[in-house]
Amino acid sequence: MIAEIGLAALWLSAALAVLQLLGGFAGARAADGVAPLSALVRPAATLQAFLCSIAFLSLVYLFAVTDLSVRLVAINSHSMKPMIFKLSGTWGNHEGSMLLWVTVMAMAGGLIALIERRLAERTMMATLAAQAFVALGFYAFLILSSNPFERLTEVPAEGNGLNPLLQDIGLAFHPPTLYIGYVGLSVAFSFAVGALLTRAVTPEFARVMRPWVLAAWIFLTIGITAGSYWAYYELGWGGWWFWDPVENASLMPWLAATALLHSASVLAARDALRTWTIMLGVIAFSMSMVGTFLVRSGILTSVHAFAVDPERGSFILGLLILYIGGALVIFALRANTIAEGERFSLVSREGALVVNNIALSAILGIVLLGTLYPLLTEAFDVRVSVGPPYFNPVGAIFFLPMVLVLMVGPLLRWRRDEFSRIIKPVALAGTIVLAVLVGVALLNDIGILSVLGLALAAGLAIASWAPLFKRALLRTPLAVWGMCLAHFGVAVALFGMAADSAFQKERLVAASVGDVVEVGPWTGRLDSVNALAGQNWTAMQANMMISYDGGPEREARPQSRNFWTPQMETSEVALLTRWNGQLYVAVGNQAEDGRWQLRLWWKPFVTFIWYGGLLIALGGALALVGRVIGDLRRRRYATDVDDHDELPLEPEVQPAS
Amino acid sequence: MKTVLTALLALFCAAIFAAPVAAQDTMPPAPYAYQQLDDPALEEAARVLMETLRCLKCQSQSIADSDAPMAGDMRHQVRSRIQAGETPDEVRDWLVERYGDYVSYDPQVSATTWPLFVVPLLLVLFGGLMFWRRVGRKGESA
Repeated sequence: MIAEIGLAALWLSAALAVLQLLGGFAGARAADGVAPLSALVRPAATLQAFLCSIAFLSLVYLFAVTDLSVRLVAINSHSMKPMIFKLSGTWGNHEGSMLLWVTVMAMAGGLIALIERRLAERTMMATLAAQAFVALGFYAFLILSSNPFERLTEVPAEGNGLNPLLQDIGLAFHPPTLYIGYVGLSVAFSFAVGALLTRAVTPEFARVMRPWVLAAWIFLTIGITAGSYWAYYELGWGGWWFWDPVENASLMPWLAATALLHSASVLAARDALRTWTIMLGVIAFSMSMVGTFLVRSGILTSVHAFAVDPERGSFILGLLILYIGGALVIFALRANTIAEGERFSLVSREGALVVNNIALSAILGIVLLGTLYPLLTEAFDVRVSVGPPYFNPVGAIFFLPMVLVLMVGPLLRWRRDEFSRIIKPVALAGTIVLAVLVGVALLNDIGILSVLGLALAAGLAIASWAPLFKRALLRTPLAVWGMCLAHFGVAVALFGMAADSAFQKERLVAASVGDVVEVGPWTGRLDSVNALAGQNWTAMQANMMISYDGGPEREARPQSRNFWTPQMETSEVALLTRWNGQLYVAVGNQAEDGRWQLRLWWKPFVTFIWYGGLLIALGGALALVGRVIGDLRRRRYATDVDDHDELPLEPEVQPAS
Repeated sequence: MKTVLTALLALFCAAIFAAPVAAQDTMPPAPYAYQQLDDPALEEAARVLMETLRCLKCQSQSIADSDAPMAGDMRHQVRSRIQAGETPDEVRDWLVERYGDYVSYDPQVSATTWPLFVVPLLLVLFGGLMFWRRVGRKGESA
């Protein structure tokens, strides 16, 4: 019964999307945005969000009670699994995660329909029509080729279980966070298409779009950061980023959204970079869809596997071509009718932000190329691998200069500035960079990228706060604080990445009980190894006492786990965290001579990578709160004076002089 | 007599050809799969190399990041060859010859991979051009 309710809710949502599309389209054609059906558009969007939530909750319920008559549950769940993993198992599979996808998309559409009142009604109608049009394709995909509510005629006695790597608390939070970010960007896409259709690419439009993009971007940032940490402790070898196509699929929308946020700032403050902002709005969500295609079509396992069973893949590919192609056609038709916008000189805030945009777009291009190229050659039976030795240096060509500009950019004024005005902070940051560069290069024999990373991180850590210098801190807008914090987060993360690759110490040994193992400043002793059992696994646990630099001993209990449904071995690592890094301990199998494989890594400052990611997200959250408070204030002001023409402009980020 | 000789020859051949296979599959665990070389400099060279070699049985993991038995065998091969005095490039070439380009994460410029290197160059040029065009119009004239 519950499965049927869920499926009915999905069909109804799709029907409402049709209504929303028609009404929105009619509204967008009318000069004032009012047409016969247009009054139904906002309610249709809101109701869709509600119905999709019902469909999603139905599936969660089916997983919670392990209703094995539902095919998806039987294939992916098991009655003996802990409850939390039954719930999170809902989105640990293809159909469930696509249902989460459309649910987030419907929620995003419902939210803008419900609360966004600042745009001209016509543009809003076009936006909601675009949102419905995109949603429709994914409803069709879900219902026609990935129905999560399909029943089985013969109910099996037990389910197949969930991949043990996914039986982790990370699965409970990582995919929903990431999807809110991914799919939240659909709003940017729809706004961009709406503004193109109604020729309304204005600073006001950028201000309306910005908080939505910012919100999606915050979730995306947290999702990527959490995903990286999850891979780090779950895979058992200490790696935190593999340039895996699935990781790249989440990084690409983030890069585009980051560029979009910055160019939207230029459009909002200075009415420049109009076409560029629209283009990035289209690209950001396009990257989400490309990512969905890569992950969901099965093309990554093998191009040939995809060719053998192409139904789902071709469906998403068709949607990709329709939406991205369609948006680009509209863009091509309308771009020349949008004026360039205001001009600016080389040395200006806009100039620096253009560098940011070009660099981020170039990195995006490289990640896209490196991800798709092996698939392309594989189609011609030539298999190549593109991995860290390619992405790291080639990406750095753009990333490192961008960080240099990032130190200076926020200090510059809009439109036109002189370097002589900001010479003092620039000189200070430059000195720090050079000092660290020389110091690190002389002291240690480490890779050039790590040296540059450490130096630039040090410079940026100071320079990121320079925009606050000489300002009345309490009266500084929250958005400025957010910007400084996010940029500081970039420095922190960069420092963590560079320090980990430069100073990591590795120790792989076969140890008997009683043996002492040393790695970097750490000394550990293997006291005992014992067997243990959980609800659906058994494990061998190594009990170690480990001390840092002769200090007090701490316990580390890494496990090697054997899950039995499905059969799989995983590492549960032990992490000893200090302020200056983490000791990573994993235990492997027992050798024939009775010794245990122990793997230890001392990873100085590795935690800074994820602290940095969180700081970036926190900076975004501060900026978002600042923007929303500003909007509310202005709305109150607008109703007080009842004169829309004389709204005070939003205070834009401007350095004190 | 002839049959005996043939049989001996066959045995001999089987022994020769089976030897490398046995070294890989029937001596678990390969000594250097989970153990480092004693010389830190050699181990470092091996580690850097292993991080750029693909585990053929995994999805997007290097052999330095994998529990797969095959990755362990490859680690053993890399470490023993480095210890025997081969340079990392020689080891990589040997593995590429054996498993194809797919095993190396570090694509080399070749007839099939040149776009990977030309496109970033074009991006640099194109990015520079875009920047120059955007800001080429002076703010003064606005």
